[in-house]
Amino acid sequence: MKLQGLNSRGNVEKVMKDVKSQASKNAAPRKPGGLNAEIQSRIGHQLRAMYDDVVRQGVPDRFTDLIRKLDGPTAQSHVENGGGSNDQNDGRE
Amino acid sequence: MPLTDSLRDDILAAVPSLRAFAISLSGNSDRADDLVQETLLRALANIDSFQPGSNLPAWLFTILRNLFRSDYRKRRREVEDAEGNYAKTLKTHPSQGAHLEFEEFRAALEKLPQDQREALILVGASGFSYEDAAAICGCAVGTIKSRVNRARSKLAALLYVEGAEDFGPDETVRAVIGGSGG
Repeated sequence: MKLQGLNSRGNVEKVMKDVKSQASKNAAPRKPGGLNAEIQSRIGHQLRAMYDDVVRQGVPDRFTDLIRKLDGPTAQSHVENGGGSNDQNDGRE
Repeated sequence: MPLTDSLRDDILAAVPSLRAFAISLSGNSDRADDLVQETLLRALANIDSFQPGSNLPAWLFTILRNLFRSDYRKRRREVEDAEGNYAKTLKTHPSQGAHLEFEEFRAALEKLPQDQREALILVGASGFSYEDAAAICGCAVGTIKSRVNRARSKLAALLYVEGAEDFGPDETVRAVIGGSGG
């Protein structure tokens, strides 16, 4: 009974909205301005699927190696000198 | 701040999402990994300017985005070539429906203006707040919101609105008519 009460109040509001939207529909043709919620959620899902596909690949060895190589006292000065350019080769042997 | 062990670990932990962002921006995984490498080198060289306690991923994303932007024009032709080659490989595998849908989505994403694409990825996939995304892109929060909205509308138009017409009521009606007539 409580639910019915809520529903009937909801219905009144809905009817009022419907009347208003009907009026605006009559005034202007329907425009594709508002995005369908289902389409929005499909876009969000695909976007995250694409992104997470890469995230799940983890950290490739080249980056772990790179950080390790640059993470020493001698490497620090190399980074300061070479960091501004695209110098990726560690010239030291 | 100096490069501590924990900061180094945090940088490495950000690498998977940096790669995902870079691939989304460049549409090319080789180019993306080069971008990530340049980002890490730049970050380590400037680690003193990182404020401890501030948002490390946002800082790294900002570096990557700036590198991508500064290099984008030079590389655009290469990316287009890679796209053309990719279209050829797709034609040889028409049966892979899910894969094809995935690639259609990626192709649609690449048709978006760069501003809109990066805003959508930062908010919709990387999970940054509008505020962080605005800081990364160096623009107002309202600008990010409107870019994200325009990106979603355009993707919907590219992927679903035209598609919905192809497989919508007309097809159903035609099938029903075809069935009763035969």
